[in-house]
Amino acid sequence: MSIEDPTAAFRVEARELLDQVEQALLDLTHRLDDPALIDSVFRGLHTLKGSGAMFGFDALAAFTHHIESAFDRVRKGRARATLELVATALAARDHMRALVEGDAVPQDGAAILVRLAAAVDAPRTEPAAPPRSAGREAATSGWRLSFRLPRAALAHGTNALALLDELRALGDCTLVARRDMIPPLDQLAERDCLIAWDAELRGAVPRAAIDDVFLFVLDDMELSVTPLASAEAPTTATEVTPVLEAAREHERSAADQPAPDTSGERRARVAQGELVRVPAARLDTLMDRVGELVIAQSRLSQLAGDRHDLLLRSVAEEIERLAGELRDTMMVLRMVPVASLFGRFRRLVHDLARETGKAIALETAGESTEIDKSVGERLFDPLVHIVRNACDHGLEPPDERIAFGKGATGTIRLAAHQAGGAAVITISDDGRGVSRARVRAKAEASGLVAPGEVLSDAALLALIFHPGFSTAAAVTNLSGRGVGMDVVKREIERLRGTIELVSTEGAGTSITLRIPLTLAIIDGLLVRVGTACYVIPLAAVEECLELSAEEDRRSLGRSLITLRDRLVPFLRLRELFASDAPPDAFQKIVVVATGREPVGLVVDQIVGSHQTVVKALSPFHRGIGSFSGATILGDGGVALILDVAQLVALGQQIEAAMEQAA
Amino acid sequence: MSARSIGGWLVKGSAAIAWDAHGELEVLTFDLGGERFAIEATLVREIVELLPETAVPGAPALVGAVVNHRGRIVPVADLRAAFAMVAAPPTVESRLVVAELALDDETLLLALRADRVREVVTLAEASSGDAPSVGVRWPRAYMRRLVRSGDDVIVLPDLAAILAPAFDDTGVGG
Repeated sequence: MSIEDPTAAFRVEARELLDQVEQALLDLTHRLDDPALIDSVFRGLHTLKGSGAMFGFDALAAFTHHIESAFDRVRKGRARATLELVATALAARDHMRALVEGDAVPQDGAAILVRLAAAVDAPRTEPAAPPRSAGREAATSGWRLSFRLPRAALAHGTNALALLDELRALGDCTLVARRDMIPPLDQLAERDCLIAWDAELRGAVPRAAIDDVFLFVLDDMELSVTPLASAEAPTTATEVTPVLEAAREHERSAADQPAPDTSGERRARVAQGELVRVPAARLDTLMDRVGELVIAQSRLSQLAGDRHDLLLRSVAEEIERLAGELRDTMMVLRMVPVASLFGRFRRLVHDLARETGKAIALETAGESTEIDKSVGERLFDPLVHIVRNACDHGLEPPDERIAFGKGATGTIRLAAHQAGGAAVITISDDGRGVSRARVRAKAEASGLVAPGEVLSDAALLALIFHPGFSTAAAVTNLSGRGVGMDVVKREIERLRGTIELVSTEGAGTSITLRIPLTLAIIDGLLVRVGTACYVIPLAAVEECLELSAEEDRRSLGRSLITLRDRLVPFLRLRELFASDAPPDAFQKIVVVATGREPVGLVVDQIVGSHQTVVKALSPFHRGIGSFSGATILGDGGVALILDVAQLVALGQQIEAAMEQAA
Repeated sequence: MSARSIGGWLVKGSAAIAWDAHGELEVLTFDLGGERFAIEATLVREIVELLPETAVPGAPALVGAVVNHRGRIVPVADLRAAFAMVAAPPTVESRLVVAELALDDETLLLALRADRVREVVTLAEASSGDAPSVGVRWPRAYMRRLVRSGDDVIVLPDLAAILAPAFDDTGVGG
């Protein structure tokens, strides 16, 4: 990866560090005494402070220093981790993020530091049970250490001498270097750290203090620590302690074992080793090239098919297979697990629980389901909206829940799985469900349905997605910001997905999103209007039928056809696109669904289905709205891809204007 | 909308002319509607024969079509629309000049229609002048400079100013 601007690289790193810190803090709210989590937070902050100062983010470094010191005190048992401290640290994390992005409000930082001081100082009056009881461990008379730093430690900027100095500062210390690993001079790589050390550290030094010295290299280094021989420890009491200590050590390391699953920091570190970071733009370029290759290949196949040259044909088939495999591989490159998307909701739910005073638990499932990276990014906002709604309107306050015989804690569940070419994401809650009576009252009040009109349950629930509909009686800070579920629905449809709501009154609501795995290639229906070809996304197509000449004549005045006892409005694309060519004798109607009602699009000819590599339009044509992109056909020509929802809206405007004029 | 910023993007090297230290500029000259135009040679990516065009319904006449240029969907700009020239059928000499416009965060390829592509020449700043306020029937904002070269007058169009209206969000009409 070549990032020219080092501060940009720092920003990327800082965002990741802050996300890791956030995940560790959120874990910490459940396990306040977990030293591994506190270490993880501390390490993240320490690294951030260091690299922040290095890249000139001095305000960030100075601010981070305060938070880091607070966690250092917790780590050393001089302060206790409290929920208030974690909450303050979360606020601080947001402020640091703002400092990284350069849009921080200085007063925020000062306020957080005041809160922090209160949070850390308060427990000082009750020094009982610090997370690491240093007292017992301090009773040993000393330690024998044998350690070897990771080979790449020097290259990574670890100062070995400083570590040795730190070790010496702990007490009376004898250090002997072991040089057995050092090869002859001609084989020596000057940046490798090959020296190992044996050390005797005498004095009442706690075991944890030794770990602290090596905190930042601990994971990769070899370190063995044994208590000094009893000859130097005359009393029986101290003889017993090392045994106890060893047992405790064993317990602790055993307890540490399951931690990697829950600690976001470790997970990320493991993942980093296997990943190559590539700018998204390069993937897009590669995708374009693969798209071109597929197009060139289909032309080659066409040519080979016309000739009776067996050799040429076999080469063309070989290339067809390779191009297909290459395209499939390319698709997978852009896929990321939804875990990162779901992970961002832990903080949201945490904050929402505080704001609403409800107890909310977040459950996630199927985090390994993969979706296109850009799809995931565009899914975030709609999901935030749905989760906010569920927390705010769906879940009841604890007392109400208990009255209904439910547990006091409400549950929001995010689940994902893959079904065919789509990712299915379900957001469910076990709250009060959608009140049909209130939906109906609201819809009648806003004139969406006539009073007393008979509606099916599904139709009634579908009203929630109607523009301008919101059942929340009060506008709260969380939802009800003037946008409703219709915005969510539109965004999902823009991703060529569908949204479905199921709700049982009293038992909860479940919203299911079906999102195509990728936006880069779609199945399209190729149609011809006049002399030009267009692609209609196949997902939107319900059916195709013929517009008979007689029906065509009859419908000239009005734009409606009868489709199985239903009146379906239709648009003549040749009029919409001002095509001069004479219409075909047998025009076709492609019925597309855009949510509320099906709409027919009249075309001259249906050419067939077409695997479409979607290419973006230039800024000159993005604003037109009727087209969501373009694609290159097998003959090298360009076909525009219809944006069905926009097109129908445009048609309705024209129709309304015509009605007014009439 | 200012001439230099279109749709929030800055088109670099278009409004100001980057004369070199000797007051010279290398350009590609082409004919269109009986006039001679020039654009900076550094902007020109390629000169290609006409490609099958796909009209974009609802797009402004200035950029009314797209072509497939080596797998990229490239908008075709017809400066005739900007300079109020009568549309003319293509000839055997018609070409597309594929130019690269640097926007803030992306590079935009644009195919300019030309009746005939002439040559790459070096223009001198000394023989250039601003467009006169009388005697020219085109919008002055669309021209950066007029340069005399031999008996000809070469127009250096201001692509940023010309394309600005086409970036309008409505896009319809034009």
